[in-house]
Amino acid sequence: MRKVYLDHAATTPVHPKVLEAMLPYFSGKFGNPSNLHDVGREAKDALEEARTKTAALINGKPEEIYFTASGAESNNFAIKGLAQANSQKGNHIIVSQIEHFSVLHPVKTLEKSGFKVTYLETDKTGLVDPADVEKAITRETVLVSIMHANNEIGTIQPIEEIGKITKEKGVLFHTDAVASVGWVPVDVKALGVDALSLSGHQFYGPKGAAALFVRKGVRIKPQIEGGIQEDGRRAGTENVPAIVGLGKAAELASAEIPHRMSYLSALRDRLQKGLTEKIDHLVINGHPTRRLPHNLNLSLWYVEGESMLLFLNMEGVSVSSGSACTSRSLKASHVLVCIGTDAAVANGTLLMSLGMGNTAKDIDYVIEKLPPIVQRLREMSPLYEDMIKQEKVR
Amino acid sequence: MEQYSSKVMEHFAHPHNVGEIENADGVGTVGNPVCGDVMRLYIKVEGDVIADAKFKTFGCGAAIATSSMVTDLVKGKTINEALQVSNAAVAEALGGLPKVKMHCSVLAEEALKSALDDYYKKKGIPSPVKMSAESGHEHQAE
Repeated sequence: MRKVYLDHAATTPVHPKVLEAMLPYFSGKFGNPSNLHDVGREAKDALEEARTKTAALINGKPEEIYFTASGAESNNFAIKGLAQANSQKGNHIIVSQIEHFSVLHPVKTLEKSGFKVTYLETDKTGLVDPADVEKAITRETVLVSIMHANNEIGTIQPIEEIGKITKEKGVLFHTDAVASVGWVPVDVKALGVDALSLSGHQFYGPKGAAALFVRKGVRIKPQIEGGIQEDGRRAGTENVPAIVGLGKAAELASAEIPHRMSYLSALRDRLQKGLTEKIDHLVINGHPTRRLPHNLNLSLWYVEGESMLLFLNMEGVSVSSGSACTSRSLKASHVLVCIGTDAAVANGTLLMSLGMGNTAKDIDYVIEKLPPIVQRLREMSPLYEDMIKQEKVR
Repeated sequence: MEQYSSKVMEHFAHPHNVGEIENADGVGTVGNPVCGDVMRLYIKVEGDVIADAKFKTFGCGAAIATSSMVTDLVKGKTINEALQVSNAAVAEALGGLPKVKMHCSVLAEEALKSALDDYYKKKGIPSPVKMSAESGHEHQAE
């Protein structure tokens, strides 16, 4: 059976060149970068080379990169660290409603400790209006955090425009770029951000290595204390093999982004066109053009996401669903709710995220396999039955 | 999430008793598309025995599997026996359900009770069915 992995937004495979770069650092070059001897120095050199490569990918300086263990940690570090280190200025934070939970939850924690938070709405395509950011800024505002691209619907925010506003108002600006780094150009200078989160396993690096960019001169409070690592900002012996992998993944991405964008958007468009032609009552979520090149998020009426996911899995196709049934809360995705997707159809959502290992044949296979699954589930669905009966009445 | 048992996957992939019953003696629809599951259960009664049961379900793997199982369980049972079929019995017959999916078995029990309730009403007999609210959230069809 053909295996088609369309869940790169969940995680990507480690690139063979990345794995090759990492392997020496598990046992041969196992040193602790904090040690002064040669064994430590070897690891330290590798760490700093990875820092340089990671910085180059986003046009930052090596000394502006702090390695962490995950995108979630980078976001927590940014939100809590920036807010706490700059709270003498005020206690107001601005975020969008469609941020990842690793931004929203630390913001909630800060709210409980006395911060005020504005949660900005988006339009139906998932875009934040920069004018809304400007209006929300008060003299008390310390931090704005708006994600670069949304991990579910792929919408890419007008970060540059927001960056101009925050700069003019003297407010710190963080962007969660975990979903976008490695897939589209990300330039911290052009975007005008003070902090940016990225994660290695999202773009062919290993799990366990991520980074937070913090612009030079910006104060941030450490969240993990008790060590001199990462310039005293993040204690703990560095995960050298994984960080070396992140550096290599960054180097590969730097060279390959234009190719990735054209290759993936062509495949994605083929998938979108094929499914839209074959399946009725289908809604494409996200922005029609300002969207990650490998993202396709669709909602199908009268069918539930998890059952589609399970049937696709039986055909060798791996996707994600945005349905209530796969979440503990039994609530539809907060992103889909924010963009105004009907709660009933939100439960029939599939997220397909492509990668460089996918081919046109893979895409055609999915276009062949999904429509009969949808048809079969619709024939089993009382909602579909009701809809057909209502149409007959008309 | 916990993985589904092989029994659940079997009933999900090849559900039994899918469909409608024309002129059914009892029909019950429970659940809400917003919560992610809607079940409609049809019964055909001959004498006091459930001669046939069919279902249509909008929902996740567990919702489809519990619908399939509850219809299997009640076929051939008397009305009184069917009234005793609990959500726990449905879940147990499926080799257990992940914790977060137990509500699907509750929904299956409610769909059955709702169909039985409808049967009594159509017959003009006072219904002994107590529609429970134990699922913890609204499961009324829209």
